[in-house]
Amino acid sequence: MKKFLRTIFLVDLLQGLWVTFRNQHPKHIYTEQYPAERPKVAERYRGAPRLNINPDNGETLCIACNLCALACPENLIVVTSERNEQTRRKELTEFTYDTSRCMFCGLCEDACPVDALELTQDFELATYTRDGLIWDRQLLEEGPKPTPYRF
Amino acid sequence: MPEPTFLDSTELVLNMGPQHPSTHGVLRVILKLDGEKVIGTECVIGYLHRGVEKIAENRTYTMFAPYVDRMDYIAAISNGLGYCLAVEKLLKVEAPPRAQVVRVILTELNRIASHLFWLGTHALDIGAITPLFYTLREREEILKIFEDYCGARLTTHAFRIGGLQYEVHDGLERQVKDFCDYIVPKIDEYEELLTNNRIWVERLKGVGILTADECKQFGVTGPVLRAAGVQWDLRKAQPYSGYEKYDFDVPIAHGADTYDRYVVRMLEMRQCVRILRQAVEGIPEGPILAKVGKVIKPAAGEAYVSIEAPKGELGYFIVSDGSTQPYRLRVRPPSLINLQALDRMVRGGLVADVVAIIGTLDIVLGEVDR
Repeated sequence: MKKFLRTIFLVDLLQGLWVTFRNQHPKHIYTEQYPAERPKVAERYRGAPRLNINPDNGETLCIACNLCALACPENLIVVTSERNEQTRRKELTEFTYDTSRCMFCGLCEDACPVDALELTQDFELATYTRDGLIWDRQLLEEGPKPTPYRF
Repeated sequence: MPEPTFLDSTELVLNMGPQHPSTHGVLRVILKLDGEKVIGTECVIGYLHRGVEKIAENRTYTMFAPYVDRMDYIAAISNGLGYCLAVEKLLKVEAPPRAQVVRVILTELNRIASHLFWLGTHALDIGAITPLFYTLREREEILKIFEDYCGARLTTHAFRIGGLQYEVHDGLERQVKDFCDYIVPKIDEYEELLTNNRIWVERLKGVGILTADECKQFGVTGPVLRAAGVQWDLRKAQPYSGYEKYDFDVPIAHGADTYDRYVVRMLEMRQCVRILRQAVEGIPEGPILAKVGKVIKPAAGEAYVSIEAPKGELGYFIVSDGSTQPYRLRVRPPSLINLQALDRMVRGGLVADVVAIIGTLDIVLGEVDR
């Protein structure tokens, strides 16, 4: 009898409706208004690569050891260097990083012995051309410049 | 009697997928129908094939670790754990206790995330849209923990061979405890929405029955097997990564139908919370990475390790020839093997139940095709 009444009065469906009603409350809204408000990503977020420079004199920290290129599973890093005849040290000439093939696994930054290559918190990597995805040394040092939008 | 022509045939061949939203990816099912009744199916897979096992032969052991995340991308951490355990077995090292506990925490969080995602999409297939939004909202909390820990949300690459790469971030314990307190009322909420809902019960009770014997014949594992009344969970049967230290139950049901698989997964999420509460209480101090060296070069030999992934038994078989790259790597994906039972389950049923049965198997096509 009780079961019959529960069936007649749609108790099970009303129970579910009550759950949906409770979740109407504005404090349950999770939508982010991107790009008006940008999400704050975690400190360890693995996003756009960056080649760090020494803030004092603007010289690159990279010692052109090629370890990142060897660690990369996709072989997307190309490091070229030339030997400075005076100091007898290798100096970085060009650094190419193909973000179109990158899977942001973080193995290159793990391999870097001087913390020059780093995956940063920038996550807006879209470009209008395929060539724009291949980052050269200048772009890696300055960081990406996402298009600012006005609302 | 004239020869029957194709016009007389009552059999209708219907292509379902690969772009059907309810096949959870790019699965193509060729259905042979007699009216509303399914008289046979044929699965066409391979639309997401990337040759992961072949890639493994051309990468070093360390380099291959990010690729395993891309197989079952809903439960990337479980995949990473299985792979790392297999290579560790080959190297004959064991992760330090601290690493093991953190591994258990992240894997169990991932199990909850996987089941939440399954629940949302499965309910969506049946026609209940609301649970999807709620489950994804809760899954977001888990992904935030992953992001704080290792810097990625989905394809995490959280574990390294021999332990962990990242030290535990400040507040992981707090986050996990808060999450445990947060998720339990939410699971109650889903149960309120679905468990007694008459549409849900009518659509799922007695649909897609796969008995225990059939499960064993097909090699089906995971919640599908447990819903048939077999108490088989690799975390209990052959504990790895310190699972023997935790007190938890293996929920089973006896109906062997789609509804019971739902019940088993809901109970499993509660058990995950139990494990998480115990694990987060006692994270031991100590190193997080065993001594494995920069270049991983195991001796020639082979190793097979299987773990209990959210979908079932996930196994990695690695053959080493003594070099830095695996000679052969074979994955035993739970999704592919569970998918084989699809034909048995839908045959004789109605075409409307096909979607429900694909949903209940909890397949991820990235893992089926690899």
